[in-house]
This record gives sequence, structure tokens and C-alpha cells, in this order.
Amino acid sequence: MSTRLATKARLLNTDKQIRFSFNGKQMIGYEGDTLASALLANGQMMMGRSFKYHRPRGVIASGAEEPNALVGLGSGARFEPNQRATTTELFDGLSATSQNHWPSLEFDIGAVNNKLARFFPAGFYYKTFMAPRAAWKSVFEPIVRQSAGLGKVPKDRDADRYEHFYAFMDVVVVGGGVAGLQAAKAAAQSGAKVLLLEQTAHWGGRAPVDGGVIDGQPVDKFVEELVSELETMPNVTLRLRCMASGVYDHGYVLGYERLTDHAPEASGPRHRLWRVRAKQVVTATGAIERPLSFAGNDVPGVMLASAIRDYAVDYGVSVGDRTVVVTNNDDAYRTAITLKNLGLEVPAVIDARASAGGELAEEAKALGIRVETGKGIAKVQGSKRVTGVAICSQAGEGAVIEEIPCDAVAMSGGWSPVVHLWSHCGGKLIWDDVRSMFRPDVDKAPTGADGQGFVVAAGSANGLLHLQNILADAQAAGASAAKAAGFTPKSAAAPEAQAREEAPIEPVWLMPQGAGPKLRMKAWLDFQNDVKVSDVMLAAQEGYESVEHTKRYTTLGMATDQGKLSNINGLATLARSLNADIPQVGTTTFRPPYTPISMGAIAGEARGEIFQPLRKTPMHGWHEEHGAHWEPVGHWRRPYCYPRQGESHADAVAREINQTRKSVGMLDASTLGKIIVKGPDAGKFLDMLYTNMMSTLKPGKCRYGLMCSENGFLIDDGVVARIDEDTFLCHTTTGGADRIHGHMEEWLQTEWWDWKVYTANVTEQYAQIAVVGPNARKLLEKLGGMDVSKDTLPFMQWQDGELAGIGVRVYRISFSGELSYEIAVPASNGRALWDKIAEAGAEFGIMPYGTEALHVMRAEKGFIMIGDETDGTVIPQDLGLTWAISKKKEDYLGKRAQARSHMTDPKRWKLVGLETIDGSVLPDGAYAVAEGTNANGQRNTQGRVTSTYHSPTLGKGIAMGLVLNGPDRMGEVIDFPGTDGKTYKARICDPVFYDKDGEKQNV
Amino acid sequence: MLILHCPYCGVDAEETELHAGGEAHLKRFGPGSSDADFESYLFGRENPKGVHFERWRHVNGCGKWFHAARCTATLEVFGTYSAQVLEPPQDIRDAITAKRPGWSWRDIQ
Repeated sequence: MSTRLATKARLLNTDKQIRFSFNGKQMIGYEGDTLASALLANGQMMMGRSFKYHRPRGVIASGAEEPNALVGLGSGARFEPNQRATTTELFDGLSATSQNHWPSLEFDIGAVNNKLARFFPAGFYYKTFMAPRAAWKSVFEPIVRQSAGLGKVPKDRDADRYEHFYAFMDVVVVGGGVAGLQAAKAAAQSGAKVLLLEQTAHWGGRAPVDGGVIDGQPVDKFVEELVSELETMPNVTLRLRCMASGVYDHGYVLGYERLTDHAPEASGPRHRLWRVRAKQVVTATGAIERPLSFAGNDVPGVMLASAIRDYAVDYGVSVGDRTVVVTNNDDAYRTAITLKNLGLEVPAVIDARASAGGELAEEAKALGIRVETGKGIAKVQGSKRVTGVAICSQAGEGAVIEEIPCDAVAMSGGWSPVVHLWSHCGGKLIWDDVRSMFRPDVDKAPTGADGQGFVVAAGSANGLLHLQNILADAQAAGASAAKAAGFTPKSAAAPEAQAREEAPIEPVWLMPQGAGPKLRMKAWLDFQNDVKVSDVMLAAQEGYESVEHTKRYTTLGMATDQGKLSNINGLATLARSLNADIPQVGTTTFRPPYTPISMGAIAGEARGEIFQPLRKTPMHGWHEEHGAHWEPVGHWRRPYCYPRQGESHADAVAREINQTRKSVGMLDASTLGKIIVKGPDAGKFLDMLYTNMMSTLKPGKCRYGLMCSENGFLIDDGVVARIDEDTFLCHTTTGGADRIHGHMEEWLQTEWWDWKVYTANVTEQYAQIAVVGPNARKLLEKLGGMDVSKDTLPFMQWQDGELAGIGVRVYRISFSGELSYEIAVPASNGRALWDKIAEAGAEFGIMPYGTEALHVMRAEKGFIMIGDETDGTVIPQDLGLTWAISKKKEDYLGKRAQARSHMTDPKRWKLVGLETIDGSVLPDGAYAVAEGTNANGQRNTQGRVTSTYHSPTLGKGIAMGLVLNGPDRMGEVIDFPGTDGKTYKARICDPVFYDKDGEKQNV
Repeated sequence: MLILHCPYCGVDAEETELHAGGEAHLKRFGPGSSDADFESYLFGRENPKGVHFERWRHVNGCGKWFHAARCTATLEVFGTYSAQVLEPPQDIRDAITAKRPGWSWRDIQ
């Protein structure tokens, strides 16, 4: 059992008890506990099960590198999976649940995978689910889906608030250990603006636990004074509980501040994402202890030596009464000494090195601790909890020399600098053979815009492990970062520190070094993803030589681990299997975030209504008052229709169309793009942009035009009005306004920059109202003002004037086939004019209509719609629009492309109308099938539906589509199989279903 | 998240203010050009590890297009300059030569 010690713990306030629950069981901890320390204090060693084999797992680490103790926290809208117990601060009412098991943590059906482990080797998924093919859908997929995923997905919308915060800093120091604090001070003394981020709730990092003396004081005291000093400096910002999750291009740093995770009742946002621009970054991110690879190194009770020490010193938690320490370096002796001094039993230190002669070893021996050198662990005994270890010669194959009963094992395979942030933006690493670690290559730092390095590693993150060296390195790093940021650092010496001298480490990648297959199958490299020494060796044997490939094949270092614990042991095992050197094999790529950050923090304030701004026309309020059913069109909301009491949307659309065609309707067309193109070369410019000739258009007239990309495909259409000799107004589609304006600017600025043309996107400056139907003219005449007669204002012309006392510009253009006026007014007058038209139109039964009625009416007339008839692969020639392509022009955008052989291929599908034999509506997007099958055994196709509607005017289904040789096959009936199993028969016809001669619009 | 200096409005713009426009200094081929020339103009692009010339637009700023000379491998920016030139100006080339002697890009050196 693990339990709470009676001694004083560094971080606990034992005056304040905290109640929490784990898997529904009520437990008690103290203020200052993490969830992990509190669980251990309550005797709860087992905290979860592993992902693949569902093996019982306890906590291994005490910090962000923890792979096993992942829990679901909270409930309902505040539930969050995969939270590390080691980084979760305890608060009153915390409720946690363990993961990866069913029905319970203690008894788990999925643990059968463990018994079958030899059938689940590396690459198991690739090997097993290959055949039979039919088994995929019915057998494999359901099983994989059932067992996939770490933790449970939250079901409710997140109830918390998040925010983004922007900062510009001269120096960002990451890590609030002694190195980070000292570097921050060195940088700040130059006057540089410094931000210091620490991911935990405490300053000082590991040093206070590891001991030593700085400037004649205990480390704790030194840290306290240094923090107070930094707090008084106005150019220093200090942040606890704020993890630097990534370092990106040109000094961009993301910080993830957890504001209320430890105090959920506090007000304000839960997380804050710091988006920082730093001139220089100091990574004082410390080092992480490596596990050792021996059989049973994942049994609950086997932990990192430093973690056992942390729990004892920081939280007053004893992980077990009898702890065997196993190591290849001196640092683990600190754990043995600490435990012994706390009155706990340390039956032996198993040191894999031939001799152990450092000061720490001597101190341990002096305390009466048995030290066995040249030995290793052959095997850990116990399943849900360590019961003992069998020791052997490290040099041998695992013949058991002795069995030592114990209930905990403290392992240390040496220390790996946390190089993640150094590496994110391209910093390179070198392998240090003496210290058995990858550390930052100071000559190959990540480079910024000026080509100079912008990241400096400091302290143990830079590979230094002795306190004096760490402080000296940090002092130098802080000063050099300040200098690189343009400041003059003060010449100051680093504080004097004393700590034990350590004997050198000896690398141990497998324990014992000659362990056979049976032991290797139980020696874990990656605890979270259940990757063992045997899996990596198998991958190497199967030809996976690249560390990146091996990672993906075995899942080594994936998920939340991201190489923190497993990386070095894994690649050393791979190197050994390939008989290569470690630097030759290299590391996998470190990618942000360092530890997972919440989706809420990434989203920040951008959620719900303010996810993106909504564009509203001046008449938006009126539509809302009149019950509009909205359709999103780009960032706009347009009324789809205005359903009345008891009406379906289809009923409403039919009513709107019928009344418009019979009398008069009105449409809010304000969202239509409006771009002014002005200048002496405006006509020449538009001739290049449109397929047809615009320069010949007379002022006062309108012309429908098509725009293509340089690749020949149709990208937009609309009516162009020539305002005067120098000025054109180009209408674009609603969704295309910004894009087309950008398209114009791109060509003007980058290709034809000597042409005298200006463009302005005035879409939002004008409201536009279409008044449509046989009574449209009568209605306008009733409003009074300008002459809107056929003679004065004929079809495809425009005029400025006044209607109902409001200055207007009226275009005689029609997208419905009816007599139609589009009336543009400055946006501020849009609502006033709309109201006047609605009022005056009452006697004609004026019918406001929405986008669906607009679509149906244009389809009845055979007008194309960008995005329906076009999809980025359609050229105007496909749509029977050759009349709108100038033959006289030498050039326009897309002309050369349209001359390519596959563009002129007569077999390109062409636009036709389609009418079903039984009057039903063709399914949208349906394909017309042809005889025979293609190489994949699929039915050949000969066309597809591009627009399809029920036409209230004609009382039947109408459609447009692209069909092979369509225009030459009028009257032919072709088959469109629907997804409903029914085959629709449709006759090829003219796409103009209504008023072919245009008698209604041209009156 | 690059920072590029907009040569028009003088702002050191964050990448979120900018829109990348692909390779710089393309020569347009229109009607009458050969299939090979047209294909290369429309689809053929450099993909260097090292010195590269790109088009950017300060889209959430002054709206102007400009050119950037930078290193795709190290993120170093050699300079930004007007969109209204047919090839990189001499000062930009000199800046690159100072940092990357012997560089070349297409047939530019």
C-alpha cells in the first residue's frame, strides 16, 4: 500500500483537507496535493489500464511526462478525458474516473488482450485485418471502433469560457526552475521585457527536492528570494500554471495558461492561450528521467526514482514500505537516501554499473543501504502490485541470483533534456556519448527572420546536470538572449552552488543486456501505447529502419506521450537491433503541443454567435420580423423563404413564385456583389476579365458577362453596367464578391500594373431590391418619380432617378424571366425604400420571396447558377454560353486554356434541360448511367444533374444537367438511378422551360 | 507564423494578415503560345529547399501584393520588394548573395 507519511511535506497545507472522489469512491487529500499524490496517499496505486492490453497501470511519474494515470475529470458539460493525475491540482469536489476498462478498473474484460498479447505484435493492425475482405465491415470494424480511442469524448457543449491573449516580448523564458529563474533575472537586468512561464503551480522545479546549497542557502530559500526579486522588476511578467506548448516560425510562442482548473469556482476564463511574439526564447525546460527496460517494468509500484522522491518530499507520500532502487547513474541514490532518511526500508540499490563510486553512493552505503553493482532486475514479481524483484547479473541473460521482496521499485535510466521546444522550429540535437543523452546542438539553433538563432537552451534542458553548471549556464543563456534581443546585459556572476559530485552514467538499454524473448516481451518502452522492446526489435527485423517508420508501425511515442518517456529507450533499442549508432538512427520529430492543450483554449472567444461575424443587409430586421427561414450564403444570411402559419417551406416557395409570376414579388438582392471598376483603361481591363466584350458597352447599358480563371473554368457571372466612359459597375454572385474583387486586384497589381484602373468593392454600400412580375412597372409608377416606361428604360438598361422621394439607380435586368427592376440605393436608405415598396405593393398583393423562389424561377428560365451548373471543372462552352464568348478578342483570362485539346473535346458533357417522364423531381447530383462498366466494375456514366426543382409554374419536376452529346439528343430518355433504389427516367429537353422567347421580361 | 515586412504600408505583418500567392515572377503565356509554354506557366513551379521568391498579399492590411525572398529551409527572410517588377531587384540579390553565396533560382543567380 502507498500511504501518507507523518513528516512535513514541502507543498502541502495539512490544515486544509480536500474531499474528492475517484470512480465514485470518496477520498480525502490536502491543499497542495495533485490528484496523483492524493490517490497514492489513499492507497490507490492502480490508476488506469493500458490502451492495448488493458494491463493494470499505476502512476509512474510525478509531472507532465506521466503516461498511465490519465483520467476523465468532471461531468456533463465540464467532463474532460485524458487528464494527467500528476498535473491535476486537487480541489474540493473533484471527481475523477479511470479509463480503458470495462466493467471496472479492478476487473476488466479487455484484459484478455493481455493473455493474447503474443497475437498482438507490432503492426498487428496491418497484419490481421487484411483478409478476408468481407470480414472488415461485419467483424473487424465494429471491434476496432469499440476499442479505439483513449478516454471518452465529452457529450455536452463545453460550459467554460476561454480567451486568447497577445503579447510581444524581448525574451520569453520557458520553465520556472532554478535555471529559468536565473536566466530570467540575467535577461531582465538588461532592461529587456521578459515573460517567464512555468507549467506547474510552483517555482523552483526539481532543485528543491534534489537538494544542494546556493549562495550558502538551501535551494528553497534561494528560489523564494529570487522570485520576490523578479516580482519587483517592472519589466518581468511571471506566470505559473502556464505551459509553453510550442515554438513556431519567427519567434512565435504559444502559452497555455490554466487559470481555474485548480479552482473551478473562480470567475473568469478557464484557460488562456498566450500568443506571444518573442525576439528570443530561453528554454529552461529541465530534463525527464528515463525508465529502464526490464521485464515487468510496468507493474503498478514500479516508478521513476525521481517521482518516488517527489511524492515523498513534496507531498509526504510513501509509495511503499520497501523500495528497491534500480539505476545506471548516481541520481537514483538520492531517492534511496531520501527514503531511508524518512524511515522507510530500501532493501537494495541495484546498480547496473560495474562500480558505483560517487559521493551519493558512499552516502547511501554509510546509511547502511545495500548496494549491488553490476546487477539488474531480471523480472518484477506481482501483477496489480509489485511484490518483489528477481535480481540477476546485468551482463547475463537473466538467471535469477536472488529474489528480494518489496512493494515498490524506483528506476532510473538517466536523464533526457526536454528538447521539445528547442526542436519544434528546427533546432538540431547532438548525441552526447558521455552523458548518454540527446542535447541541443548550440550551433544549430532554430533560426528567425534574420537567419540568426532565436532559441537558447539553459540548464538541464541544455544537458547540464550539476547545480553549479546549471546556474552558470542559465546566467549565460539569459544574458545572451538579452543581447541578441538588442540589450546590454549586466556582467554578473552566477550564484555559487554546491551539490554532490556524481560518477558517470553507463547506458543501459535492456536489463539484463542479454535478456531473451520472454523477458523482452514484458519489458515496456512505451507504457501508454503498450510498446515493448520485443515490438521494436520485431519492427527492425521486418525492415523498419527509419525511426519515423518504426514509430508509426509500433505506435511508439504516440498519443499524449510524444516521446517524453519512450523516445530515447525506443530509438536506442532500434539502434541496437539495427546494429547502428544512436545518432545514426536519430529521434522522431518533436511537434507541438508539448502536452495536450484544450480545444477550448484553441477556439478562445470564437464560438457560438461570435465564431465569425454575420453579414446583415439593411433589410435583415424586416426579414426577421416576417418569419424568414434563413439560408447561409457566405457570411450572409438570406431568407430562403417566408413560411406562413401552417405552411411547409415547399408551400411557401410555391406561393412566392406563383404570386410573383402572376402579379409582383420583391427580393432583397443587396448581397449581390457590386464592384466599381474605374479609369481610362477600365474597358480594356474588363475585356481581359470577362469572356465577352465589355469595352464596347455604351454608358447607360447593361451586359451579362462571364468570368473564367486562367485555367479556363467558369468562376463567376453577373451583369455589368457602364456608368460613364471611365466607369463600370460589375455585379458578381453573392458569394463571389470578395473573391472576384481580389482576383481583379491581383491581375491589376501583379500583371497589368501599368494600366490605369482602380477598383472598389461597394457591395455593402448599396442595398438592392428586385421588383419582379407583370405588375412591377405599375408599382414603381405608383411610388412616383422617374419614368420607368419601356421607352425610357428598356430591358438591359439602367438609369439614375428618384422613386418615392428616394434617390435610386434602377437596372432593367431580370433573373426570373419577368418584367423586373433592380433598384439600388445607398445602404442607409435600403430599409426605407423596402418599406415603401412593400406598402405600395399591398394593393397588388406584393410577395416578398426568398432565395429558393429565386433559384426555381431562374431554373425555369434556364439561367445557370455559379456553384450549381459550375463546380470548377466546367467551362462556358459546356453550358451553351458560346454567345457570351467574344470571337473578336485576341485575349481574355481563360482563352488560351480553353483552346487545349481536352477543352475542345466534343465529348465534354453539355448543358441540357431534363424533365422526368412521371413529373417527379430528379435527385440532386444524380448520375445518368450508360451501357457497360468501367475498369473498376462500376456502371459507365453519361451525365449528371446540376440543378433540380419542382416548378410550381409548370406543375412538375424540372432539372438541368450536363449530358454527353446532350444538345444533339433532344427527346431521348435516359436513366438516373437514385440513392433510394428507384431509377428516374428523364427526357432530354431545352433548358429553357418558361417563356422561351423572353416576351415577359422584355416588355 | 512568419512575419513579413510589407513594402507598401511599412507594417511588419503577421502571417494571419497575409495571403500567400505562390511563386513569384511567372511569365504569362496567352493565346498563341505553345502547349509546353502554357503548361509550364500554369502548372510548373519551383519547389526549392533554400532560396525562394514568393508572392504575398497584405490582404488584412493595405491590400497590396508584394514579393518576398526567403529561405524555405531556415525561414530566413532576405527581403521584400515591389510586386511590380519582372525579376528580383539587385539589392535583394545582393542580400541573398551575402548570406547564401552561389545561390541560384530558375536562371537567376
